Amino acid sequence: MAANFPTQEQVQGGIGATEPGHDHAHHDEHHEQSFLQKYVFSTDHKVIAKQFLITGILWAVVGGTLSSLFRLQLGWPEATLEWLKPFLGKWIEAGKLNPEFYLALVTMHGTIMVFFVLTAGLSGTFSNFLIPLQIGARDMASGFMNMLSYWFFFASSVIMFASLFIETGPAAAGWTIYPPLSALPQAISGSGAGQTLWLVSMALFIVSQLLGGVNYITTVINLRTQGMSMSKLPLTIWAFFLTAILGLLAFPVLFSAALLLIFDRSFGTSFFLSDIYIAGQALPNTGGSPILFQHLFWFLGHPEVYIVIMPAMGMVSEILATNARKPIFGYRAMIGSLLGISLLSFIVWAHHMFVTGMNPFLGSVFMFLTLIIAVPSAVKVFNWLATLWRGNIRFTTAMLFSIGFVSLFIAGGLTGIVLGNAALDIQLHNTYFVVAHFHLVMGSSAFFGLWAGVYHWFPKMFGRMMDEKLGYIHFWLTFIGVYLVFLPMHYVGIAGFPRRYYAWTGFDTFSQFADLNKFISVAAIVAFIGQFIFIFNFFYSIWRGRRATENPWNSTTLEWTTPVVPGHGNWPGDIPAVHRWPYDYSKPGAEEDFIPQTVPYSQTQSSNLPYEKEME
Amino acid sequence: MTTLSIILVLALLLVVFGLLFRLQILTSIFSGSSTREVSISNRVNAILCLVFLVVGGAWFAWSFVENFDKMNPPIASVHGLATDKMFWTSMIILGIAFVLTQVLLFWYSYKYQHNDNRRAFFFPHNNKIEVIWTLIPAVVMAALVFAGWKEWTRITGPAPKDAVVLEIMGKQFNWLVRYPGRDQKLGMVNYRLIDAVNEFGFDLSDQNGVDDFTAGEIHVPKGHPVLLRIRSRDVLHAVYMPNFRVQMYAVPGMPTKFWFTPTKTTDEMRAQTSNPAFNYEMACNQICGRGHFAMKMTIIVDEPDDYVAWFAKQKSFSEQNPEVLASFKQKSDKLVEKATAVPAAAAVVIPTAAKASL
Repeated sequence: MAANFPTQEQVQGGIGATEPGHDHAHHDEHHEQSFLQKYVFSTDHKVIAKQFLITGILWAVVGGTLSSLFRLQLGWPEATLEWLKPFLGKWIEAGKLNPEFYLALVTMHGTIMVFFVLTAGLSGTFSNFLIPLQIGARDMASGFMNMLSYWFFFASSVIMFASLFIETGPAAAGWTIYPPLSALPQAISGSGAGQTLWLVSMALFIVSQLLGGVNYITTVINLRTQGMSMSKLPLTIWAFFLTAILGLLAFPVLFSAALLLIFDRSFGTSFFLSDIYIAGQALPNTGGSPILFQHLFWFLGHPEVYIVIMPAMGMVSEILATNARKPIFGYRAMIGSLLGISLLSFIVWAHHMFVTGMNPFLGSVFMFLTLIIAVPSAVKVFNWLATLWRGNIRFTTAMLFSIGFVSLFIAGGLTGIVLGNAALDIQLHNTYFVVAHFHLVMGSSAFFGLWAGVYHWFPKMFGRMMDEKLGYIHFWLTFIGVYLVFLPMHYVGIAGFPRRYYAWTGFDTFSQFADLNKFISVAAIVAFIGQFIFIFNFFYSIWRGRRATENPWNSTTLEWTTPVVPGHGNWPGDIPAVHRWPYDYSKPGAEEDFIPQTVPYSQTQSSNLPYEKEME
Repeated sequence: MTTLSIILVLALLLVVFGLLFRLQILTSIFSGSSTREVSISNRVNAILCLVFLVVGGAWFAWSFVENFDKMNPPIASVHGLATDKMFWTSMIILGIAFVLTQVLLFWYSYKYQHNDNRRAFFFPHNNKIEVIWTLIPAVVMAALVFAGWKEWTRITGPAPKDAVVLEIMGKQFNWLVRYPGRDQKLGMVNYRLIDAVNEFGFDLSDQNGVDDFTAGEIHVPKGHPVLLRIRSRDVLHAVYMPNFRVQMYAVPGMPTKFWFTPTKTTDEMRAQTSNPAFNYEMACNQICGRGHFAMKMTIIVDEPDDYVAWFAKQKSFSEQNPEVLASFKQKSDKLVEKATAVPAAAAVVIPTAAKASL
């Protein structure tokens, strides 16, 4: 079995250092995989996870760069941006950013961050990496479909990235691509070829999500190891499982919306178009409804925010428990609240549409349903706090990011209660209050979940540790940065500043806060530059980081019973059986402050609780 | 030259950071802290959590107070007073929850930092506590929902019969406004009739539209309900009047509406804000293209008498554009024939139709 422990070269071999590919538990014959099979068209869930992660990081750099560009415009509306001409070319006109390109920046920032980073990069990485490892499976149910899932995502990424460089510019109708703006190239140049590429890219993206989602669900249902009942699953797996179900139900609806929009754009249908006079011409389309598109879009769009945040919630639960050395408080309530959130997330979508002209009665119904969803979210927060209470906390970088996650989730989640109130949304809809709200609650929080996950599972991914000190600097810089950006943004929003504005200087109503906007821009750009500390740490540690041990965090879950760098098939011998829930930390009477899931009750008689005695 | 020196400085900085990083690694190896499971960093981070709570909280409080006056656009509508009160009431409730949870989060992080001599308290669940903290937010939520629902139904309920009616049409990239004229009835419009002169698409074969007039700014009387009929002729726009707490999308093909009652004239607001240049402004708040950020229109709230005087002075569209009226008179016979023969006339939009609320 020694073959499973990577040699020096293999570990230093980098990203793919995971697996020598030799020793599958069931067949020991050697079959050398080529480089292509091993690292590129791999069907190994761990390699695919890393592919998602690294693609996601690249996308995050692109998305962050775009936001820095438009923050420059918002912070210094009068400044000349001539120095950006070498990068932006014709989009700088006489020293000014082209206003349509500004909208394209905003649109692409949103699209990239929501879909390519926080959906594919977050859930794609950790669902792939952790589901087989934590449930005790050799790999995903279908390794081939899993590979396809990544490569559809890759194709989608290439198309979306290419759209940034075409002559008429990328899509510019907002990440929500509301028609008619997104349907008519006459309305904005980004709605030409850029929007076509956007739609094609998203269609491929959805295929990728569905291939991945089917796999995650099947794997969790069918491939759990002996003893791993649903009530012994780590919360991460529950979160990934429910996330995949949400995606499977919601993404096809976005697909249908995109398809109908493609028809309207290219084949003369009128699903979303009616009574339009544009560019000196009355269009023949009648009878369509732009509001219909919004219903379809948000039927995905709202579950989407939970698709983004639930994996982060799951990982944070796991990391908080591990590093507080305490069981997660209210394990069943945590599962229940995840279930509640999943269910409710499908019946709140129209709270994005209170002032669209939708029937006010419908608004009342959706306000009621929306505010219910605050209850399971509150329960989760209280349970996280209770998990910290009387813990014995180790501040690993992952732990800090998890604490940061809880803080940001509270800060952003609370304002959702205001926005979910239809009467208050009249004034706040589409203002910076909304921007601040969702950047905290699903943007920054999900990013914090992602970082927590990367720092926590990096040793299992690459067999090495990330540098803790750099991690601490990264955390504090980012945490403070996020608050400095998004707290003042609420003030700007309460004052009614509309989002997606190239400049507010034309309005007396929006004449205050020029300084505050500068401040936000500086904080945002500094925080963004700070992320390169993480990127350096990440890539440096892959090759040069301190060697990891098998279970560096003294954690209970199954992935830490694999070798330092798990090979193909994950466990060299038989898959371990599971005997207990994943949160036996600091159990009274136990020798160590953690009992792995693989330890049977018969070996822990001193610490067994009364009802566990029968299971000895 | 400056570019070069900037690049040089950046490169040097990177080198310095790189060296510091190596140094840090070496010292941690020599001091042995890299092998210790819980090092001094743990204490430092715990303290930083507390520092963050205190300094961050103080900064938040200071910046909030500092900016409070700037973040409240002066209110000038009846429902605006109610929603603003509800907004700040909600914010206080949420603020309490925010402070409580953040204090607990960082205080626990500090207080329960790792200690070799302590073991964490094995506390997997407690049904009683869980039921309590499920019920508390549920009850608070129910109260907020109920208050919000009551206000929402009142705001979105039918406008009073005597409301002043006007129509706002969004287009790339400005607003068009028309009033119903003396007959108090808005005439039909048809987007197929739009051209450079007839921007609204007036169908002047409808007698109700003959006395309709357009305006370059919105005038409304103080203390009188105003019903906005809202439409768009190209892409989505949104009528947004921050001072009146009014917002409603302008949707092509689906007229919408919003009614409110202004409470302060423009002059009164100028006196209140001691800004003689003050004007109520209307902005577009739904992304609509290149000029989205510049769709401004001024709203003037008059004393009722002034409003009546202004209204009386306005000339109707047909009076100002006799050639458009004439063209309709010529066409009218043909149109009638066509309308009966071709069902395409269904495209004509009747502004008073119930279509306003989908």
